[in-house]
Amino acid sequence: MTLDPTRRDPRAPAPLARAGEAAGGLAPGNRAYWRSLEQLAATPEFRSFVEREFPRHASEWHDVSGRRNFLKLMAASLALAGATGCVREPAETIVPYVRSPEQAVPGKPLFFATATTLGGYARGVLVESHMGRPTKIEGNGEHPASRGATDAFAQASILSLYDPDRSQTVMFRGRIDTWDRFLTTLAAELPGLVNRQGKGLHLLTGTVTSPTLADQIQRLLGRFPAAEWHQYEPLGPDNIRAGARLAFDSDVDMLYHFDRARVVLSLDADFLAGMHGSLRYARDFMQTRREAAHKPGAGAPMNRLYVVEPTPSLTGAMADHRLPLSGGRIESMARAVAARLGVEGFDGAGEAAEGVWDRWLAAVAEDLSGQRGAGLILAGEGQPPGVHAVAHAINGALGNVGRTVEYIEPVEARPRDQRASLADLVRRMRSSEVELLVILGGNPVYTAPADLEFADNLSRVRLCIHLSDYYDETSFLSHWHIPAAHELESWSDARAHDGTATILQPLIAPLYGGKTAHEVVAALSGEAQRTSFEIVEQHWQERLESQEPGAAWRKALHDGIVPGTAAEVRQVQWSPASGTMDDALREDQAGDGEPVEIVFRRDPTIFDGRFANNGWLQELPKPLTKLCWDNAALISQATAQRLGVANEDVVELHVGKHTVDAPVWIMPGQADDTVTVPLGYGRWRTGRVGEGLGFNGYAIRVSDQPWTARGRLKKTRRRYPLVTTQDHWSMEGRDLVRVAAWDQYERQAGHRQPNGDAGGGDAGGGPAAQAGHGPAAHGGHEPVSLYPEYPYEGNAWGMVIDQTACIGCNACVVACQAENNIPIVGKEQVGRGREMHWLRIDRYYEGEGDDVAGLLGNPQTFFQPMLCMHCEKAPCEVVCPVAATVHDHEGLNEMIYNRCVGTRYCSNNCPYKVRRFNYLQYVDEKTEVLKLLRNPDVTVRSRGVMEKCTYCVQRISAARIDAKKENRAIRDGEVVTACQAACPTQAIVFGNINDGTSRVRALKELPLNYALLDELGTQPRTTYLARLVNRHPRLGAAPIAGAQRGERDQEGERTGT
Amino acid sequence: MSHPPSESAGAAAQPGQGSLSAPVIEPGHTFASVTDKISAIVLSRQSPRSWFVGFAISFVLLMVFLYATGYLLATGVGLWGNNVPVAWAFDIINFVWWIGIGHAGTLISAVLLLLRQEWRTSINRFAEAMTLFAVACAGLYPLLHLGRPWVFYWLLPYPNTMGLWPQFRSPLVWDVFAVSTYGAVSLLFWYVGLIPDMATLRDRARRRVAQVVYGILAMGWRGSAVHWHRYQVAYLLLAGLATPLVVSVHSIVGLDFATSLLPGWHVTLFPPYFVAGAIFSGFAMVMTLAIPLRAVYGLEDFITLRHLGNMAKVMLATGLIVAYGYLMEAFFAWYSGNEYEWFLTINRALGPYAATYWSLIVCNVAVPQLLWFRAVRRNVPLLFVIALVVNVGMWLERFVIIVTSLHRDFLPSSWDMYYPTVWDLAQFAGSIGLFLTLLFLFIRFLPVIAIFELRELVHDTEEGHA
Repeated sequence: MTLDPTRRDPRAPAPLARAGEAAGGLAPGNRAYWRSLEQLAATPEFRSFVEREFPRHASEWHDVSGRRNFLKLMAASLALAGATGCVREPAETIVPYVRSPEQAVPGKPLFFATATTLGGYARGVLVESHMGRPTKIEGNGEHPASRGATDAFAQASILSLYDPDRSQTVMFRGRIDTWDRFLTTLAAELPGLVNRQGKGLHLLTGTVTSPTLADQIQRLLGRFPAAEWHQYEPLGPDNIRAGARLAFDSDVDMLYHFDRARVVLSLDADFLAGMHGSLRYARDFMQTRREAAHKPGAGAPMNRLYVVEPTPSLTGAMADHRLPLSGGRIESMARAVAARLGVEGFDGAGEAAEGVWDRWLAAVAEDLSGQRGAGLILAGEGQPPGVHAVAHAINGALGNVGRTVEYIEPVEARPRDQRASLADLVRRMRSSEVELLVILGGNPVYTAPADLEFADNLSRVRLCIHLSDYYDETSFLSHWHIPAAHELESWSDARAHDGTATILQPLIAPLYGGKTAHEVVAALSGEAQRTSFEIVEQHWQERLESQEPGAAWRKALHDGIVPGTAAEVRQVQWSPASGTMDDALREDQAGDGEPVEIVFRRDPTIFDGRFANNGWLQELPKPLTKLCWDNAALISQATAQRLGVANEDVVELHVGKHTVDAPVWIMPGQADDTVTVPLGYGRWRTGRVGEGLGFNGYAIRVSDQPWTARGRLKKTRRRYPLVTTQDHWSMEGRDLVRVAAWDQYERQAGHRQPNGDAGGGDAGGGPAAQAGHGPAAHGGHEPVSLYPEYPYEGNAWGMVIDQTACIGCNACVVACQAENNIPIVGKEQVGRGREMHWLRIDRYYEGEGDDVAGLLGNPQTFFQPMLCMHCEKAPCEVVCPVAATVHDHEGLNEMIYNRCVGTRYCSNNCPYKVRRFNYLQYVDEKTEVLKLLRNPDVTVRSRGVMEKCTYCVQRISAARIDAKKENRAIRDGEVVTACQAACPTQAIVFGNINDGTSRVRALKELPLNYALLDELGTQPRTTYLARLVNRHPRLGAAPIAGAQRGERDQEGERTGT
Repeated sequence: MSHPPSESAGAAAQPGQGSLSAPVIEPGHTFASVTDKISAIVLSRQSPRSWFVGFAISFVLLMVFLYATGYLLATGVGLWGNNVPVAWAFDIINFVWWIGIGHAGTLISAVLLLLRQEWRTSINRFAEAMTLFAVACAGLYPLLHLGRPWVFYWLLPYPNTMGLWPQFRSPLVWDVFAVSTYGAVSLLFWYVGLIPDMATLRDRARRRVAQVVYGILAMGWRGSAVHWHRYQVAYLLLAGLATPLVVSVHSIVGLDFATSLLPGWHVTLFPPYFVAGAIFSGFAMVMTLAIPLRAVYGLEDFITLRHLGNMAKVMLATGLIVAYGYLMEAFFAWYSGNEYEWFLTINRALGPYAATYWSLIVCNVAVPQLLWFRAVRRNVPLLFVIALVVNVGMWLERFVIIVTSLHRDFLPSSWDMYYPTVWDLAQFAGSIGLFLTLLFLFIRFLPVIAIFELRELVHDTEEGHA
């Protein structure tokens, strides 16, 4: 039984496929299945069936532009037509609860601790559940990788749970089948396997940290000694692992302590947003900054961040000094630093240091050597092992090991060179050694390096079983497809970056009958009757000791962590085998002579492609480019000029014989002659949302140059439209993001009287921000009005956003979307400027007058989260003709949706443009399963209605009810907005500004506090803390926005404007 | 002038009054010839082919309007190109444009009546009709542009179970009052002015249907002295009522913008500058319509070069006021020292919509300067072209005010471009269709020039020279 060669996916070789082409791929003749469908679809019976089942879409049959949707529906309808006979719900008598489930109070959500994983690593979460349906994900404060925060992926995973495009049935060779028939097939295979000792059985997984799954696989391998376990994670940390092995000759993981670091040098390591443990690292890193900034003059130390990277990352955006350097030159940079620091074995051979680079090296070396034990140098997964080894050497030499970095036992169950592991599998597939291939998750047909030709070799596998959450590219080419249960539907476990294990518990029974990897492995082991729960529970009950049976298990479930499971610290010796360093450094020299360097990166919103069908993440603007619904080849301004290409021009990218067409996007801060290719797009089989978007970077990713490749770039005459939510990158010299230099701020703030008049004291050059006055804390300008101020008694809600801490990671944006039932609008509507996000993150660039960097060469990046300011004198309120937006007694600017007639004047009159209008019916009110997703505490808005941030008024109300029941005031910190809860760096603080002891009030009294567009007299309740930059004094004080601002403010006051 | 001129008084009118200006009515007309000539358009004359062609085109456009409106109501205002930040675009541009056009009628009828400018007589009737139709077109836009047009009545102060009033601080509420008052008074004024002519048509109609319909519309007018007396009083009172509206409506439309804090809108200059602009565009539209009308129906004797010349002078004067407004807008922006205002001024002139700004300057400031020349004012085809140019220019003015102010305001992060969709254009073309359809029907079924007032004029001219 081999795969039919004609079953090659017709849509596979369609890079940048437009939707139309993709639909064209459904041409008849590929499969008998489709032929019969088309025949069937033409019959009047079928059409009347469709109209009965899908009345809303029935009219599309007659509409040419609707035909594509209709084709999709036909597929679904056909599935239903087959299923109607057997899956009708039986008529049953419904009996109300005789005994109510424990703790369930209608209208009150419950929270359950579990975890979501990314690349195998867990981030602990608490899932909000309303009457049995999970609606929102929050971080788990107890969990070491979360500490209460979440990232955008975790936030959006709740949408994936309900995604109607997730795979819903077992499929065999493209036809609907059943789990039982699958088990029968498997049972027939087992005796043969036992006879062969498992030879020919190959297991392919992603990175496995799950102790239970690892244990199961180990036992399976024990039973079938000749079977093989391969692992492949497209964005896996192979280089990090190899780097550690190079340096220490053993497998260790690194655990960083950014809270103890004073100087950090990142060699292309995006530790704030792109590593396992980033949530924790971002929090730790910003904690130092926050503490210093909030207590100026107290002598709290400030850290300094140097970043060298080929393509801008969020970490680069936060750097005090950032140097764009093509990926291939970072290694010599690292060696030069090591040589300057006098690390043994580095003689300074490398690129000649001169000019700015020399000053840079000198500053880095000075800072690192001046902070022995409090410095940290780390390299990113995209850097070759040699760079990692250099980083280990420097950390060791400076005494940082054990302080800012610890080496721990590997968290993965079985550390492997995954690229080699996959290549090995493909080699065996090619030689037809693979009898039974079981792919547990992952999508290797799409993600495997192009040179392995995984898809072609898959046809030589006798029997291929694929467990996945979507019927994807790999499922299409496999014999059996098993729908995977979502993490929120399954029992499992996983470990965090520091090794701490979490037991994953289901929030809801599998919506679509999905199965877990545990169940598939159990079936392989001949234990098909065992459920995930039994498997996971047994694993932990055996290992957890407790006085009372089951108590430790219940506690671990409740807390979301299993105590005592953190990985042990290892003492390692710097012992590079002689010669290996040089070998390692030569590894990436392949393809030399090609003119352009191509850098592969994960996509900031859809990761490696697994979130392609998640509309929230597709519409989430990429933090730096602000593109959505597509990826683009990022190049620098200078390179674009040299090549004569502009944004949206399509170019051909060549790596060896592999090629892909990609639209170009100019990226300020990109190293010259370096093209960044975000992976994860160009999916041709995933679901209605994600298909046919962007281009497939994997098509040119080859196994010997997985992160940095040499290649060519060729212009074409085509263009491809991209959409972005922010067209302008400059602040136009306006007073928007204020910036202060740390040393000046500290000096001046130290002399300041605690509650003195801060504004007048600091002449030009000082921090521009001024202390707030009174409870409203409006920043510098006293409100001028003929009317008396409204006296706010009781609560007066306000917010402070710390721009020093904000890393622009987007977690808050998705959190807001999930909490407030915010719809997505699609690429075309985003292109028209109608995205609905209540909270957006504005990104501005400001050029440095440095000689390396022109205005766009290496700009400073600023993030400014922008949401409703809740102005006390709100301009939107006076212009609404029907009083649909009004002020409440606690200072909230409220939006009454059912009173809104939609004149949109409020949006025109909002200087912050934070109001969002439902130009069309954006909320999908027809898809039943998406109704389960909605937050029942927040109105779902229909078309024609204006909406905006409410400060999560539903959460305020919940807290008020609780407080009233206990006859007390609402405590500080009791109301946490969704954005605030998600923020990894705690950049958002919300509370009662009338309360003299509240955190938000304390921040509003800082000299850094300022109100945006204060001069308009809107008196916003949301204020910002100016961004602090801690520059090395000898690296040239770049023009600091705030300094000029300060002077201009003074001038403005003199002329009385 | 209190007695009705009788048809039998047949003395020829003498040549016009003096040499300073052209006559308001060509010499040689009698009461009978005036009545014959004008009522014939409605009652006896075969409609010219051009009427049918024009009406057919207008009717097609009206159908486009109905289709666009139906689709809009079914789908939502997302059909248009509006977005955030440009939440108002063609909808409000067209609203203001139409309202502006609607200004000439009242001005001509009421203000000039009170000022005893007798040359208004030949053009007031269709100027009023034009006003009415323009206000109808204008009034539809604020309704259609609502996100939820079916609850438009929430803008009206009516007793309701929610116990809610409109929010009276909003200029949009003032707008509702201003426009609806203006529409109502214009309709009354127009209809009252029509009554004596309805009676004339009733008396001269041969077909039974026409007799009945005009008879009903004439409301029993018999031409008695009491009727004429009451008519004169009522007409004067209405003129008195309508006069402040000329100023108020467009002032309030100006306040729609001026009360905001948006640079480019937040200008104290707006009310007077909007009124001048409205009169400017209104007269341009009267001219646009009068010139073909007099040519097709041979009304050159009644709508003379003097009328056209006077209207050209009004256009020149209001055009200069508007130009002064543009200048002051820029000056205020510079003098205020406000960076946002100044950026806006520069962005208008040099930004992505600079072409519209400079076209506006050409259309509204440069071209009308030709009207200084007497030769130009007497050159009918050229006047027609200038009037068209001014119509375009005034539309562009509203585009510049609305779109260029909105598309780049305070935070560069929210800046975006606005492009109209095919539905924006369909709605606009369709509203022109609605306007023209009504106008063609008016020409066909009602006297385009006030017959009795012309008879008065014939009488007065005759007496003046007797």
